[in-house]
Amino acid sequence: MRTTHTLSVLVENKPGVLTRIAGMFARRAYNIHSLAVGPTDDEAVSRLTLVVGAEAVQLEQIVKQLNKLVHVLKIVELDPDESVEREMQLVKVLADPATRSQIIEIAEVFRAKIVDVDHDSLTIEAAGNPGKLAAMLELLAPYGIREMVRSGTIALSRGSKSISDGSRARMQRVV
Amino acid sequence: MEITGAQAVMKSLEALGVDVVFGYPGGAILPAYDPMIEAGFQHVLVRHEQGAIHMAEGYAHATGRVGVCIVTSGPAATNLVTGLTDAMMDSVPVLAITGQVASTAIGSDAFQEADVTGITMPITKHNELVESVERIPEAIKEAFYVARTGRPGPVLVDIPKDILNATLTWNWDDRVELAGYRPTVRGHSKMVREALELIATATKPVIYAGGGLVRAGADDELFEFATRLELPVVTTLMARGVFPDTHELAVGMPGMHGHYAAVRAFQETDLLVTLGARFDDRVTGQLATFAPHAKIIHVDVDPAEIGKNRPVDVPIVGDVKVVLEQLNEVLGAKAAAGELERFKPDAAAWREHLAQLRREHPLRVEQPHEGVVKPQTAIQAIYEQWGDEAVYVAGVGQHQMWASQHIPYTRGRQWINSGGLGTMGFAVPAAIGAKVGVGPDVPVVAIDGDGCFQMTFQEIAAAVQHDIPVVFCVINNGFLGMVRQWQHLFYDDRLSQVALPQDLPDLLKLADAYGIPGFRVQTIDELETTLAKAASITDQPVLVEFRVDPDEMVFPMVPAGASNDELIESAEEWHARVAAAEQA
Repeated sequence: MRTTHTLSVLVENKPGVLTRIAGMFARRAYNIHSLAVGPTDDEAVSRLTLVVGAEAVQLEQIVKQLNKLVHVLKIVELDPDESVEREMQLVKVLADPATRSQIIEIAEVFRAKIVDVDHDSLTIEAAGNPGKLAAMLELLAPYGIREMVRSGTIALSRGSKSISDGSRARMQRVV
Repeated sequence: MEITGAQAVMKSLEALGVDVVFGYPGGAILPAYDPMIEAGFQHVLVRHEQGAIHMAEGYAHATGRVGVCIVTSGPAATNLVTGLTDAMMDSVPVLAITGQVASTAIGSDAFQEADVTGITMPITKHNELVESVERIPEAIKEAFYVARTGRPGPVLVDIPKDILNATLTWNWDDRVELAGYRPTVRGHSKMVREALELIATATKPVIYAGGGLVRAGADDELFEFATRLELPVVTTLMARGVFPDTHELAVGMPGMHGHYAAVRAFQETDLLVTLGARFDDRVTGQLATFAPHAKIIHVDVDPAEIGKNRPVDVPIVGDVKVVLEQLNEVLGAKAAAGELERFKPDAAAWREHLAQLRREHPLRVEQPHEGVVKPQTAIQAIYEQWGDEAVYVAGVGQHQMWASQHIPYTRGRQWINSGGLGTMGFAVPAAIGAKVGVGPDVPVVAIDGDGCFQMTFQEIAAAVQHDIPVVFCVINNGFLGMVRQWQHLFYDDRLSQVALPQDLPDLLKLADAYGIPGFRVQTIDELETTLAKAASITDQPVLVEFRVDPDEMVFPMVPAGASNDELIESAEEWHARVAAAEQA
């Protein structure tokens, strides 16, 4: 059974919304593998991509508990076969005149870009799925990695469907 | 019309129909206390902010309406934390308004600054730090709406002082728009029919009635449903009274200190019709062995409760009152068509079995004819004195369990206690709030323990000052009784830090200090006459102390973490079991 799930979450762009979500995960001892958040085409709405570690029953609870947060608008689980998932990675690797061309060659194989060059280092930008990024990192490791950073996963479903289909606010009587 | 943010708070509360707020003024909330002088609601001045939130809870428990409290920033707001958590656990609709330091000072560690929305995020249903004066009416209206709808709960609105002082053009709209909050009210009709089909095939069905029924005010709908299908009803600690204990279908309370027949009903049933209950560990005991033969129908307004602890056969998300109306509607149509019999489970033998268990395993109290008063006897006498019309409010511990076991409740909201969080000190302020809610004609009787009482008795001053005539009964056994009970049973009677001397403080002098009548019952022969005297005073708060037998323990009992099959009915049974285990 799959234990890693990617959730796309639309939230109102309100102060503390990320804290609410992170806090809920911590409080209920749920496991976040990665989290990425950014704006959408609607400035009132942000989109989170959460990769969580959970069995089916716990995943259901995670989704239900997320839904209880007032600022959460919509949650969709993305099927890995029906979606595009990407992470971005920046790697600063040691490079001298003897190794520089080999490193550039590796970067090219992974369709990565050289974004900074210094006398004794290169910084490589790569995007892709986690497996590809890990493979590139493994090949670069022998040259000496000075530092690296990797983003959380972002993902979209394949095809023309949109996460925001059918989510419209309704007025409710207060008293 | 230009008004201040503080005035907007008052007008918003008035527009929402709030008739009372419980509060305590201070620095950051000062602007709100000025227009409050003219506000169209009562303010009850508490003596500690924890009292304010428990009073708001008590009011909400007793009336079903949103309880409101107002306090200042920093230490006042942090004093709400226990009550907010309590309200979260027991789904109590509460609105807490807190002052905050000026928005320009936030983050500077200013005087009486605390990150109140941060602190209360996990213990509120929702909260908000108001960032502009124009937002005040919306924020309060939304908070009120979120607090009382769906699964009710506490909502906190934190308002900086400069925003209370700023001005806005007053504008009120009765509607709210919350894109991310749309509770499901009606149950899925296919699931409703499936539930009825499943009930029809059961031979040992039982209704597991939870606190959600009380919150929904679903007494009548439950009664119609249960009696029409002749389903036995078990009412949890949070639901006592929602189905009358006096009815032949009532089986009692389940769980750690439940009635024997109710605990057995769950262990033997083939179908749990779960209504607004959440499979709490104090009900289920060891989850793996709970209701091992049962299929599960689970109705709850909170989808996250369904399947959380126990897999479900027929899930129904919806307001339990509305779902019961739907169930009753289908049954009504079947009855009109002469088909009701097909939906009634063949459970006569089961009902007789449960009735027999109730006859054979009553609660046991060995009250001597003279001398010492057993705490259970004291509680029975309280009920005999104040009767079915009264609302009973308990603290947490032995007295709470006895009050839940020994009083025959006949309606929801007649029994108020802190179930999920187990908040000692709940009773005194909650009873005051409840009394404000139910008004002069309904007696409110707090049944408290001596430990609990000493956590919050300062609120008697609020009751006196505002003429709120609550009866405060203190079951004084000179111990933290429930802790002592566990130390006796599970720690080889090694008592550690559980003694609270019975005359410290002298509760009659305490009553005197507050200027209220105080009574003390020490022996069984004075029980009735003293209570009659206490009950004759209805125009001011009264304190009645019962000096009771400290050795009494709460039974039946399922040891923590054990299976409900391990239910013990007496201390002798426990000691015999321990001795047998040692021999083996």
